[in-house]
Amino acid sequence: MSTAIKVENLSKAYQLGTIGTGTLSRDLERWIAKVRGKEDPFLTIGEANDRSVKGSSDVVLSLNNISFDIQQGDAVGIIGRNGAGKSTLLKLLSRVTSPTSGSIKVKGRIASLLEVGTGFHPELTGRENIFLNGAILGMRKKEIARKFDQIVDFAGVERYIDTPVKRYSSGMYVRLAFAVAAHLESEILIVDEVLAVGDAEFQKKCIGKMSDVSKGEGRTVLFVSHNMGSIKALCSNVVILQNGSLNFQGDIDTGIQKYVSINAKSPSSIYQYSSLDSNKSFFTYLKVIDSDRKQRSEFRFDEEILLECKFSVLKEHLNAKVSIQVIDKSERIVFTSEVGVSDYTNKENFKPNLDFIINIPSHLLVPNVYRIKFTLHIPNVEYLDLLQDVLEFTVVETGTDFHIYGNTDYGCVFVNCEWNLISTN
Amino acid sequence: MMNKDLLVQNQTWDLEIKPHSSAFDLHLNDVWKYRDLLGLLVRRDFVSFYKQTILGPLWFFVQPLLTTIMFTFVFGRLAGISTDGLPQPLFYMAGITAWNYFADCLTKTSTVFKDNADIFGKVYFPRLIMPLSIVLSNLVRFGVQFLLFLCVMAYYALHGAAFHPTWAIVLFPVVVILMAAMGLGAGMIISALTTKYRDLAFLITFGIQLLMYATTVIYPLSAANVKYRWLIAANPMTELIETFRYGFLGKGSFSWPALGYSTIVTIVFLMLGTIIFNKVEKSFVDTV
Repeated sequence: MSTAIKVENLSKAYQLGTIGTGTLSRDLERWIAKVRGKEDPFLTIGEANDRSVKGSSDVVLSLNNISFDIQQGDAVGIIGRNGAGKSTLLKLLSRVTSPTSGSIKVKGRIASLLEVGTGFHPELTGRENIFLNGAILGMRKKEIARKFDQIVDFAGVERYIDTPVKRYSSGMYVRLAFAVAAHLESEILIVDEVLAVGDAEFQKKCIGKMSDVSKGEGRTVLFVSHNMGSIKALCSNVVILQNGSLNFQGDIDTGIQKYVSINAKSPSSIYQYSSLDSNKSFFTYLKVIDSDRKQRSEFRFDEEILLECKFSVLKEHLNAKVSIQVIDKSERIVFTSEVGVSDYTNKENFKPNLDFIINIPSHLLVPNVYRIKFTLHIPNVEYLDLLQDVLEFTVVETGTDFHIYGNTDYGCVFVNCEWNLISTN
Repeated sequence: MMNKDLLVQNQTWDLEIKPHSSAFDLHLNDVWKYRDLLGLLVRRDFVSFYKQTILGPLWFFVQPLLTTIMFTFVFGRLAGISTDGLPQPLFYMAGITAWNYFADCLTKTSTVFKDNADIFGKVYFPRLIMPLSIVLSNLVRFGVQFLLFLCVMAYYALHGAAFHPTWAIVLFPVVVILMAAMGLGAGMIISALTTKYRDLAFLITFGIQLLMYATTVIYPLSAANVKYRWLIAANPMTELIETFRYGFLGKGSFSWPALGYSTIVTIVFLMLGTIIFNKVEKSFVDTV
């Protein structure tokens, strides 16, 4: 097996802010430095691309000195949060823009799909656009003519082929565009989240086509997506980018585990009550942790989510109950779970501080963002303490059976129903 | 391990993406590989121009026709500017047809990065294809308008107007190529200069109109004040239009040195334009 793509010390700097009179003086400064053979004064102070922190320079390194190799025939997923540098990397690979320093060496023809339907002209017919789009993507006319029937067939738009594409439904448009791209004959295929379009049936077709490309035809595929499920269905390896740097390269399972543990110290996964008021019952310490008791904010769907919950109660509140409610992004209460304080302490031997670990089973919550509502209350009488928005965690799509449905709402929990076949005809 | 490293080093790469490359590395072989795209883009421009119109390609005639009528009225009848003894509509139409081709090439090319930023930002193909397609699709348009000019010429010939095509008519293809190259070269320079700072783009829209008056479109070079004639002649477009008129209508100042001068200026523009364009295309997406 040989290397198909070799990325060496790749960096890309971007300038923040607007371009105007103010940037002219800096351009001159850079130019003078260049003429005098010095290093670019603004690049040396470039800093990691962390959006949330106010930086001292307005040049950011969207990619910071990354190096990796990709073997021929590999299907590699590129994952990372928004702003991690995935799109920049794709742009560099597809030669849309050039790196600030470092190099990429490539063996074979690259076809990149940063967007479907680039260059589609609304006034032209489907037929004309297939040719135009194919040529933009680097195909020769003969090649397109040879694959024309396959493309139309894959897109399923035969009846509309001589109608201007502006009359197409958006689904048809996307299907046609993807079909052209899917029939490119290139050794390396780079795909950005284009699969997040179209209906589930078509998405399935796309994933099928992509895995044919990588597994069947032995071509190299680079695939960027937020949907770990489709990455897992397609790729054997992943590259994780974090704030412009390479965080991990290796096999998919380790990669996904790594991905969900980045950003563990999210502020929304811990809560601490600082003052010590002994005149009421209240929560003192809440934290989302994983099975290794480490603070985490993102979880695979197939791992347990643990909540650490400390609170103190007054003696007169022994009849109180402590409960959690897990609430999803669309404000649905997924479930409630509670215990009574009196089950764990009593009047004779009263202990005011209780410390629990609550275990939410794996394979239960569907990928989504959840917040937890903690309540300490005397049932139907009064709330002693209520915390609505302090803790949050995310279940990441890491290969559930429903991953092809993307962000479609298919419920809150996984239920393993028993399906008994009675008869077939 | 050693072996593997050696193997990797010995590999030949088909493509190397680097921050800088030589200014003279123009990727012309890439442009050749994408020649089908060039054809399809020209076709797209032509077809999409008259989609959903009733008159279709006839609209190509309207602009030069109306401009000629207007010029004949304003500059011919009202101002009474000399036309070297040629029928006024014929004189103006010759100038307009030629000038429009140059002006269209220049203005369209000069905004090529801005107009195509969304395509350029998503997919790679040799960027030079875009300005080339502009020049070619304008050539189609020029061809149609040139036919109109020939018709008007035939009309006047039948009515016995005094004009005589000369041998210089064989220079017609050269003139067209030079006009295209000049428009392309100057347009590419401007488009490259306007990706980051757009100031120049404001200049070009009215600059091209002003430039027309500094070219012999509405008056012959012979009618220009002797004191300022060198200035008008210094405009490389003047010689091209004069040669065009001299060839088809037999009136105009034609000289080999003047045409040579235009040719040299055009070549310089074209080379400079191509080099600057190639330098800018690599990272313009970041600043446009």
